Amino acid sequence: MSLVTEIAILVLAGFVGFAVISKIPNTLHTPLMSGTNAIHGIVLLGGLLLMHEAHGWFEHLLLTIAIIFGTINVIGGFFVTDRMLEMFKRKPEPEPTADAPAVDGEADGRPEIEK
Amino acid sequence: MYVPAIFLQSTNFIDYCYIVAFSLFIYGMSGLTGPRTAVRGNLIAATGMAIAVVATLLTKHIWDGSATPWLIVAGMAIGTAIGIPAARQVHMTAMPQMVALFNGVGGGAVALIAWVEYRHRFGGNYTLKSEIPTLFAATIGSISFWGSGIAFGKLQAVLPSRPLKLPGQAVVNGGLFLVTLASAIVLAAGVHSQALFILGILFAAALLGNMVVLPIGGADMPVVISLLNAFTGLSAAATGIALNNTAMIVAGMIVGASGTILTNLMAKAMNRSVPAIVAGGFGGEVAAPTAGDIDRGPVRSTTPDDVAIQLSYARQVVIAPGYGMAVAQAQYAVRDLEKALEGKGVRVLFAIHPVAGRMPGHMNVLLAESQVPYDLLKEMDEVNPEFARTDVTLVIGANDVTNPAAKNEPGSPIYGMPILEVNQSKSVIVLKRSMASGFAGIENPLFYEPETSMLFGDAKQSVSEITAAIESL
Repeated sequence: MSLVTEIAILVLAGFVGFAVISKIPNTLHTPLMSGTNAIHGIVLLGGLLLMHEAHGWFEHLLLTIAIIFGTINVIGGFFVTDRMLEMFKRKPEPEPTADAPAVDGEADGRPEIEK
Repeated sequence: MYVPAIFLQSTNFIDYCYIVAFSLFIYGMSGLTGPRTAVRGNLIAATGMAIAVVATLLTKHIWDGSATPWLIVAGMAIGTAIGIPAARQVHMTAMPQMVALFNGVGGGAVALIAWVEYRHRFGGNYTLKSEIPTLFAATIGSISFWGSGIAFGKLQAVLPSRPLKLPGQAVVNGGLFLVTLASAIVLAAGVHSQALFILGILFAAALLGNMVVLPIGGADMPVVISLLNAFTGLSAAATGIALNNTAMIVAGMIVGASGTILTNLMAKAMNRSVPAIVAGGFGGEVAAPTAGDIDRGPVRSTTPDDVAIQLSYARQVVIAPGYGMAVAQAQYAVRDLEKALEGKGVRVLFAIHPVAGRMPGHMNVLLAESQVPYDLLKEMDEVNPEFARTDVTLVIGANDVTNPAAKNEPGSPIYGMPILEVNQSKSVIVLKRSMASGFAGIENPLFYEPETSMLFGDAKQSVSEITAAIESL
């Protein structure tokens, strides 16, 4: 692909990004940030694409670390965003008392409630 | 059997997959415009990512080499094994650290990839077209990795959150920037001691990342995190250009745009310019000799029982939470208070300042976690006109964002910062541990105003006592 094409994609993506992101309300800015965080984990692809070209143990090591980092970024990012967004979606029903255990299978989500 | 394999491995097919992937990123992100569609939006974006990764794994030759398959599988397995537990266990109060950490590893991955690419492409068929983006990615990725590391340390309180400043910091930073730039130019011009210069770039950028974030005080963290997020995104886009990968270009650029928007919003909410924040120093050097000299009069303190009576007879109550509320783990107690007041027919609103937490939107997440309905959460511009109609405002663990000095004391270091105008309400009750000044180290005249009374003590305990008193009324 030519550089001009790629710069064109870059610029257009920038405008699309600005248009989409500026519509997101303040309430959701933390999930937005962790979600976009997960998306830049796409650098993982770079590690995958280069691995077979690597020479010697050192480059293999660097790329393996890059793949580990990228995977943490992608997987962790999407998971944590999902966890946060579920809390926003959750309907605030008549709530059980503070010391009742979470019954909806969300046991992972909440910090321990001290009494 | 053979034909589909060729088709799946063809560059065309894989490039189409990338187009599908980045479309899903954009579509998914636009789902984040409302809490109802947001979960689905995130899943859509994650699906896009899965498509991009699978398509990449189908690429021809990618599994070549005896060690390659093992290293790819091991890398992804280890990353998953670290990422999932981290994401599931992190407390919502610790979310800024987590985001800093994920951001840092992303930046680190970019820097490592750029390094390898440089090592084995240099001297051969390496055009400026891929060389310049690679150098850019190496620099920004390295800054982002180390800067995020420092930000993580500060947020996790491993490092002191006050600004750490060296004498002549600006000169040192400028010097480091020049070293980075000079190394990049030397490399791009094709001088052949490439190993030295790429290390020079990575190392100088690493130092720069440390030096830029270390002097930034904890109050400026929302800006720093957003800025580093934008950096990692842009470096990912640069890597995409170097590798001719459209999915990476688009994804990186969206993140860059999002990070930039958030950085500007946060800086505006603090009435500070981004360069001024990066140049460092907020809070630390704001010695408050002038503030200390002014006799502001006496401070009134009150008791939970009095507060309960005041609240029960109010028509409208606004709660202005700050990070102090989260530190005291008082979110659940606050939610119970809100319910108790609602039971008495009092209208309760939450006033959320954009920088009320340690990252953009942090306070909303904390309140959502404790199941406060999100339609009660009002943004600053929305809630400020409400204060005149409000009988009681409860300030819980917030300080600087309610400081009227930002409006009427031109000498104040935070003058001009938009604030929650809590002093417009008929009475203000400030829940606070002691009279110590806020995160920015600035005295708050709000505490001395006649309509203000202070309720000293642990926020969680105070709120629970108020709730109990309301229920027994």
